[in-house]
Amino acid sequence: MKHVLESVESQFEMFQILNEEGKIVNEDDMPDLSDEELKELMRRMVYTRVLDQRSIALNRQGRLGFYAPTAGQEASQLGSQFALEKEDFLLPAYRDVPQLIWQGLPLYQAFLFSKGHFHGNQFPEGMDALSPQIIIGAQYVQTAGVALGIKKRGKKAVAVTYTGDGGTSQGDFYEGINFAGAYNAPAIFFVQNNYFAISVPVEKQSAAKTLAQKSVAAGIEGIQVDGMDVLAVYAVTKNARERAINGDGPMLIETLTYRYGPHTMSGDDPTRYRTDDLNDEWEKKDPLVRFRTFLESKDLWSEEEENKVIEEAKEDIKKAIKEADKYPKQTVTDLINNMYDELPPNLQEQLEQFKEKESK
Amino acid sequence: MAEMTMIQAITDAMRTELKNDENVLVYGEDVGQNGGVFRATEGLQDEFGEDRVFDTPLAESGIGGLSLGLALQGFRPVMEIQFFGFVYEAMDAINGQMARIRYRSGGTQNAPVTIRAPFGGGVHTPELHADSLEGLIAQQPGIRVVIPSTPYDAKGLLISAIRNNDPVLFLEHMKLYRSFRGEVPEEEYTVELDKADVKREGNDVTIVAYGAMVHTALKAAEELEKDGVDAEVIDLRTVSPIDVDTIIESVEKTNHVVVAQEAQRQAGVAATVVSEIQERAILHLEAPVLRVTAPDTVYAFSDAEEVWLPTHKDIIEQVNKVMNY
Repeated sequence: MKHVLESVESQFEMFQILNEEGKIVNEDDMPDLSDEELKELMRRMVYTRVLDQRSIALNRQGRLGFYAPTAGQEASQLGSQFALEKEDFLLPAYRDVPQLIWQGLPLYQAFLFSKGHFHGNQFPEGMDALSPQIIIGAQYVQTAGVALGIKKRGKKAVAVTYTGDGGTSQGDFYEGINFAGAYNAPAIFFVQNNYFAISVPVEKQSAAKTLAQKSVAAGIEGIQVDGMDVLAVYAVTKNARERAINGDGPMLIETLTYRYGPHTMSGDDPTRYRTDDLNDEWEKKDPLVRFRTFLESKDLWSEEEENKVIEEAKEDIKKAIKEADKYPKQTVTDLINNMYDELPPNLQEQLEQFKEKESK
Repeated sequence: MAEMTMIQAITDAMRTELKNDENVLVYGEDVGQNGGVFRATEGLQDEFGEDRVFDTPLAESGIGGLSLGLALQGFRPVMEIQFFGFVYEAMDAINGQMARIRYRSGGTQNAPVTIRAPFGGGVHTPELHADSLEGLIAQQPGIRVVIPSTPYDAKGLLISAIRNNDPVLFLEHMKLYRSFRGEVPEEEYTVELDKADVKREGNDVTIVAYGAMVHTALKAAEELEKDGVDAEVIDLRTVSPIDVDTIIESVEKTNHVVVAQEAQRQAGVAATVVSEIQERAILHLEAPVLRVTAPDTVYAFSDAEEVWLPTHKDIIEQVNKVMNY
């Protein structure tokens, strides 16, 4: 009788390129990015950090609706999205609004999503995505379907989805990676392991030492990557995309990351389940700090440039929130009109009732 | 015109649409070479290839999610849930996702998915293979629930369901699969969704039913005729949304109504029919509207099945009550 768990688990080592000190520790896997692209990655991370800070402030002022903070997860979110192409199909979870924004969703629409307005989910022409998924894991089975569709259409594209550590406990997580594996469909499945599913620590979520190893059961590739290292996340995603497009099947990517803020702005208090020591430990790994150090060592970044990005972000946010506020409010008649292609008689009747109610 | 069983008519509808539209895909557990456990997809994989007609891994939520994903790539999925009792596994995929995508995306995305599933009792299955769970989906806005009672309707309604741009749950009563044949045109035709059908005209009492209960109601109507009661039988065909106009028109003529369903009594389709009638035609009623239903227990997957299921005698009893009120 041979027991294999330990030897399988030991194969899943964290992939890293840029360490906490901002030093390249893995020259061989360094992605082929131009100086301009490296700077663009930094610009996006700084911009998104500002967006998070402003979104939290706007939420506290009652000017936004549902919001799930993103600070800490920038490398995981933006490093992965940076490796995608316009034709790829994005299936995010509710914390993954930044990926949608960098894939092409205008900022004011991201704010409308937060306010629960359906216009936030009406993507611009040519942008392929689903709105952020609320049900944990549902996007995984949908991704298998999108990826199978891409394969049947013969497109050179991938379906890309995200969930968290808690999401890997769901049945849909297993069904999604298993279906994609069985159909050898071009899918990339991200698990952004930020160690807490709201309050439940990942050790209580599973006996698995890594979440990446769950790929083994589905017969697909899996890898664990330093989710605070934007270069590593980018490189791994780029590789997964190339493999998928070449017909080599889906990949499960676990990014080790951390959210500095609460689960959402709807009343979560992280001091009930996380210590200051743990927060400090993770802030030392901050994705912006280490990438800044790296870029400065190559004379590619300066405080001036960073301040310019911060001001630009603040200006954009100010304009976008105004535009979101100005956008016509969602009505019940809008809702009724968006239920079916052809409105059945019961809703035709109810439409008349609500037209009257809303005209008062 | 050919004589077909209901299951042959269903296969014929899928074959018609697989031919008509290259975006139509047919899949589910054992749907490929095996042709489905009831043989509904018999021969389709050989005819259209494994790219169009294929097996899925054994996971209903996965099949549901697959359908939404394929729909987002422009396909028109026809997915099978092997037995409708397994729908609990796919509830989020159906009610939480497919039925909401049009609203959620502000009309920019849709899920033209047809979910086929056998359901209904009387064929001695194990537990969770025979339940009438249509009410679970009928309560969800954004998806239609269609239940044919004849081979002719089955073909025409299934073609309409596949062509519809919104999700449709298409439930096939197992007892009707092979119990009788009916005339079915070999060419393509559609039967309109959201429209009930008067299966028997009558002047004294209206019996509203759907699925296998339509035949139970027709049998009751035959017996009632011997006693001088002329019953009209309405087949709902689409149970969500309900065609209220056809019902009300009949009620205004007969002034007496019995609603029959195989499902349990509480919170069901029959309850909705009764509500619509009393809200819209109470002054036309000469008696309360009565229901014939199964009791509020779980399905009797055992010796008690035949007693548990409503019979034509139960319908006659309720009709006599409303006629002699």
